[in-house]
Amino acid sequence: MDYYENYLKKFEGKTFFILGDEAVAYGALFARCNFFGGYPITPASEVAELIARLLPNVNGYYVQFEDEIASIGAVIGAAWAGGKAMTATSGPGFSLMQENIGYAVMTETPCVIVDVQRSGPSTGQATKPAQGDVMQARWGTHGDHEIIALAPSSVQECFDLMIDCFNLSEIYRTPVILLTDGEIGHLREKMVMPKLKDVKIVKRPKAKDNKSVFGGQLIPPMMEFGRGGFIHVTGSTHKTSGMRDVESQEVHEELITRIYKKIETNREKIVRIEKKHMKNAKVAVVSYGASARPSLGAVERARRNKKKVGFFRFITIWPFARKQITELGKQVDTILVPEMNLGQISREIERFVDCEVISVPKIGGIVHSIDEIYAKIKEVV
Amino acid sequence: MKYLREEIFPTKFCSGCGCGTVLNCYAHAIDELGLNPENIVSVTGIGCSSWIPSPYLKCDTLHTTHGRPLAFATGVKIMKPDMDVVVIAGDGDIAGIGGNHLIHSARRNLDISVFLVNNYIYGMTGGQVSPTTPMGHPTTTTPYKNIEHPMKIAELVAAAGASYVARWTTYNVFPLMESMQNAFKKKGFSFIEILSPCPVAHGRKIGMREGQDYLNMFKEKAIKIEKVKNLSEKELEDRIVIGKFVDRERTEFTESLRKLNQERIGK
Ligand SMILES: Cc1ncc(C[n+]2csc(CCOP(=O)(O)OP(=O)(O)O)c2C)c(N)n1
Repeated sequence: MDYYENYLKKFEGKTFFILGDEAVAYGALFARCNFFGGYPITPASEVAELIARLLPNVNGYYVQFEDEIASIGAVIGAAWAGGKAMTATSGPGFSLMQENIGYAVMTETPCVIVDVQRSGPSTGQATKPAQGDVMQARWGTHGDHEIIALAPSSVQECFDLMIDCFNLSEIYRTPVILLTDGEIGHLREKMVMPKLKDVKIVKRPKAKDNKSVFGGQLIPPMMEFGRGGFIHVTGSTHKTSGMRDVESQEVHEELITRIYKKIETNREKIVRIEKKHMKNAKVAVVSYGASARPSLGAVERARRNKKKVGFFRFITIWPFARKQITELGKQVDTILVPEMNLGQISREIERFVDCEVISVPKIGGIVHSIDEIYAKIKEVV
Repeated sequence: MKYLREEIFPTKFCSGCGCGTVLNCYAHAIDELGLNPENIVSVTGIGCSSWIPSPYLKCDTLHTTHGRPLAFATGVKIMKPDMDVVVIAGDGDIAGIGGNHLIHSARRNLDISVFLVNNYIYGMTGGQVSPTTPMGHPTTTTPYKNIEHPMKIAELVAAAGASYVARWTTYNVFPLMESMQNAFKKKGFSFIEILSPCPVAHGRKIGMREGQDYLNMFKEKAIKIEKVKNLSEKELEDRIVIGKFVDRERTEFTESLRKLNQERIGK
């Protein structure tokens, strides 16, 4: 019997008024997640609390571990045992997970890590939102790698992007990060559960033998434990067969370049952005996550006041929407970048445009107001 | 040899190292129990001891990060409860950097077998002090002498709640092999601390340059657990207590998870 089908039928098509964190948990369920390993932390605990309630009903497993290192380790182990596995955390826990996120990259393990960003560094303002982990998501683990990270701006999007995260992790055999923030995580909003038949679920390709579980093609198929493959999974440099070879320059270059290219060459397939009011705009407000909300509000006010201002939102933070941002830079004279950090994405945008880029930072645990962003718009228009 | 990945032999272990003996005992235990290697996952950390099954043993192998094999093994065992999940790694790995996972896996009483190879030292990195290095021993990072108390790992795991706990040395190959079989058979967290020679990274600083020096030391210092009841802590200070510490029935974690699901499903 498909416990999952039966259980999800209770929810399909219904309208809920819930937290972003709760939408993440429901999204994971609709993506058919069956393993969650986690450790409590504000503002991500609500994800764990709801999923701990949901998973046993669909024969899935929730385990609260001794720390975040164990959580992500168990998630990777569960994935190699055939599971669809995830964890959810915030800044301090995300920092602890970095080594094993690198292991997931290197072993090409599909899994999802939710980071509900809060104000840091360290325990910072533990209960308050921020977007300070954008670069940590990109470069937090050591060594060359690409990463996929998606940033929701609404409760509905927490649900929808969670399903996308699982699908992307299965397609590209890579860890995927849902980079949300405390504002969106604790925001209560209306969301609609889709019909089951409208939810597209992608499953990882399965290998017929053990010869090429770690190479031979851009995205090799996977083989789970217990299938007689005698597979060898290692975070050390390895050959196509999985066997360790940490001496040969060629083996390392081939492996790391391929893992890099999996995402790099599929950038345009992965990248998602949203544009509004861009017609004849000479200024663009570019944002993501929670700060995209007042950004859009400010753009709409500017439009009402006949100012030529447009709105651009990153849905995928990584891989970066280089092409789209370069095009934007050709259309407008100025890009304003409101974000809840001191300009992490603003600097990234500068690398790809020739127009003026102005960072509009806001730290201290609050989201920009529409007035603040509108005032910036008025300065440049 | 049928349990080994022949294509990658000989092993990279130094001469006198105990890892080969442990590999041998492990393969024999599998053979004597008639286990199907397709049904075994060996999970290891980082260190020389972690290379025992990874990659030499022909089964599924998950060679993880330093100190974390128990965490990875928990995920594997929960999703594959019918497979035999075996963790093999060093004292630095499981008891040092990963000590917290050891305590909590034993507390949960997760149904896996753990073979901890205690060679008194951080071998792979060239002989730095480990949480198990005896007091007074010089190492590369305690150049004068080690001034810390060594950890009693088997005792710790017993206190944490494991179903089965034993300690043996590589001198006691037959009891060790039997103990490994018992660990496989036991439902719950089964833990064997295996004292093992490292003449290259540990012994060279204390005049024990041959594997045989360790075997002599094990023979001399070992005392069966049945005989220690009336001995004081002081009297046992320089002894190696060997044998079975714990063998008990205690609710197992993955079974409890499954029961919980059965109670929920269909509600
Ligand atoms: C996070 C991290 N810290 C340090 C290391 C370096 N390192 C590799 S093996 C090792 C110690 C191994 O000692 P042990 O676990 O006792 O195994 P042995 O080599 O003695 O068998 C260390 C410290 C590492 N790989 N990862």
